Amino acid sequence: MKILTANRLADGEAVWLAADQSWSGVIDAAKIAEDKSAEEKLTLAGQAAFLKNEVVDVDLVDIDVIDGVLVPRRLRERIRAAGPTNRLDLGKQAAANRRVAA
Amino acid sequence: MYRYDEFDKAFVIARVAEYRDQVDRRMKGDITEDQFKPLRLMNGVYLQLHAYMLRVAIPYGTLNGRQMRMLAHIARKYDRGYGHFTTRQNIQYNWPALADTPDILAELATVEMHAIQTSGNCIRNVTADHFAGASADAVADPRPYAEILRQWSSLHPEFSYLPRKFKIAVTGSEHDRAAIKFHDIGLHLKRSDTGELGFAVYVGGGQGRTPMVAKKIRDFLPESDMLSYCTAILRVYNLNGRRDNKYKARIKILVHETGTDELTRQIEAEFDAIRNGDLKLPDGDIRAIEAYFEPPALPDRPGGGDLLLEAAGEDEEFSAWLDHNIDEHVHRDHAIVTISLKNIGDAPGDATAGQMDAVAAIAEQYAHDEIRVSHEQNLVLPHVAKADLTAVYQRLQAIGLATANAGLVTDIIACPGLDYCALANARSIPVAQDISRRFADRLRQEDIGDLKLKISGCINACGHHHAGHIGILGVEKKGAELYQITLGGSADENASIGQIVGRGFGPEEITDAIETVVDTYLALRTSSCESFIQAYRRVGATPFKEALYGRESKAA
Repeated sequence: MKILTANRLADGEAVWLAADQSWSGVIDAAKIAEDKSAEEKLTLAGQAAFLKNEVVDVDLVDIDVIDGVLVPRRLRERIRAAGPTNRLDLGKQAAANRRVAA
Repeated sequence: MYRYDEFDKAFVIARVAEYRDQVDRRMKGDITEDQFKPLRLMNGVYLQLHAYMLRVAIPYGTLNGRQMRMLAHIARKYDRGYGHFTTRQNIQYNWPALADTPDILAELATVEMHAIQTSGNCIRNVTADHFAGASADAVADPRPYAEILRQWSSLHPEFSYLPRKFKIAVTGSEHDRAAIKFHDIGLHLKRSDTGELGFAVYVGGGQGRTPMVAKKIRDFLPESDMLSYCTAILRVYNLNGRRDNKYKARIKILVHETGTDELTRQIEAEFDAIRNGDLKLPDGDIRAIEAYFEPPALPDRPGGGDLLLEAAGEDEEFSAWLDHNIDEHVHRDHAIVTISLKNIGDAPGDATAGQMDAVAAIAEQYAHDEIRVSHEQNLVLPHVAKADLTAVYQRLQAIGLATANAGLVTDIIACPGLDYCALANARSIPVAQDISRRFADRLRQEDIGDLKLKISGCINACGHHHAGHIGILGVEKKGAELYQITLGGSADENASIGQIVGRGFGPEEITDAIETVVDTYLALRTSSCESFIQAYRRVGATPFKEALYGRESKAA
């Protein structure tokens, strides 16, 4: 399973493509591609957003859904989704009830 | 301290305006990311995991209070209230919005600072000994030469698109605190037998995936020839350095593939052709720049040393701080203070805006308004009267910056690693924090003595692990973090590259492994006078391998 991530052009914030084609600031909202054709659709949407200068560094990310929660396979992506592991007061994890990466 | 002249000022302001226009066009979509990325990088703006990152140069590591306050102001207004001092005399902000970066650079320009050439394949921020102009062991202040190199290399039309980045470091002491042998060019300022100033010139040092100790190609280069000779080196590199493979593009590879003798011949030939041209430095020009770096008029303050002995006798912590964080100053009534940014359990090199403001105030009141940033991620007050050390210590204590560990095992260098960096494969900061907590006990640290522990979260080696007495390199293996240990590296005048000791350790094992290495050293040293690196050089890696891997290593 894959999701599409990027960084927003204006502020660099990590974002994920949601089902409504908007870019969400939280990973939980990400639209999951379960097969190749869904991955291609995500990729095309990412390219379009890149060309419209909304986002940069667009990338597909491998994930698992564990107990209904979306978890990237790589630590790098878990840290992007949460924030620095040494500063739980920073990044997305700083908001109440957000998961930390490690 | 160097003051911008009208040309410098106009140049930096024009650069900010140019960059503002570039950001504006990018935000409007008039230029593409591919077009914009090299432009933002030329102004120190990277994109990392969570946000953009801005790297600001602190040329030759020298700052005054006003500049430090500006760094604090930027941390507070545009970032998240802190900054990260790096291993190259820069400060990095981890959270700026792209749209704010032109304003940040405009504010920096008001205090004669910028982010030019902190990225890209150009001559980067020129670094220098952080004790320059203060230490008792220097022949002269290396910073005037670093400033001349900065002026010469800024937007140098011939050297703006080199095969790869290019780093120059300058030291004025036999004891190398600037790691010059790990730079593309290392300049060791010295005096000839007849008393003239000049340089021993080293070329082709570096870390990264192919670590190399620089080769000496000149034992003495007269100071007036510095720019001609550097130009000759850069020309030979620009022409012959590899552009086909990013990983083989640094000058260290050219030195290695060409051979030191042949490369030296080429450099000398180019130098001969230009040595008496426009780049010959007139003595008046060198002395004029030197005048900017005149040390402050330090008054005699006799009796300070006695006061200290008295105060230290009553306070063990203060006494330890004097032992580890104070170095000898050229003026007998003064001292050099190292402010450790390695508080036990904190991220190495991070400072809050409040701490930066407080250090600025202390520098203004007690240290002739001078602050230095070291490549070891600490701050330095280069000129403090011994009679004022008690007051300075108390002020630092109040802001949590009086940790007495300079040069000890918890004075760890670490890159930002996977917690921030888009290139990293593993985290560095939490490893540093864990090791720091494990060795927190002051008496134990003092027993261990001088030990340089350096951690990088990827092979690019920003955490200088190759040059650590103990180095740790984080890699990613099967989706998990793994840490390799290297032993025997050193970045001083006896530079050496650490050797990998064996298979790596997981995040939960690495601190134990480091403790095993340290305990092995303690058990085999001839006395407490034999430092870790001396003991390692005497016995080699075998006892450490056996301690870490047991019989397995003997069988291997």
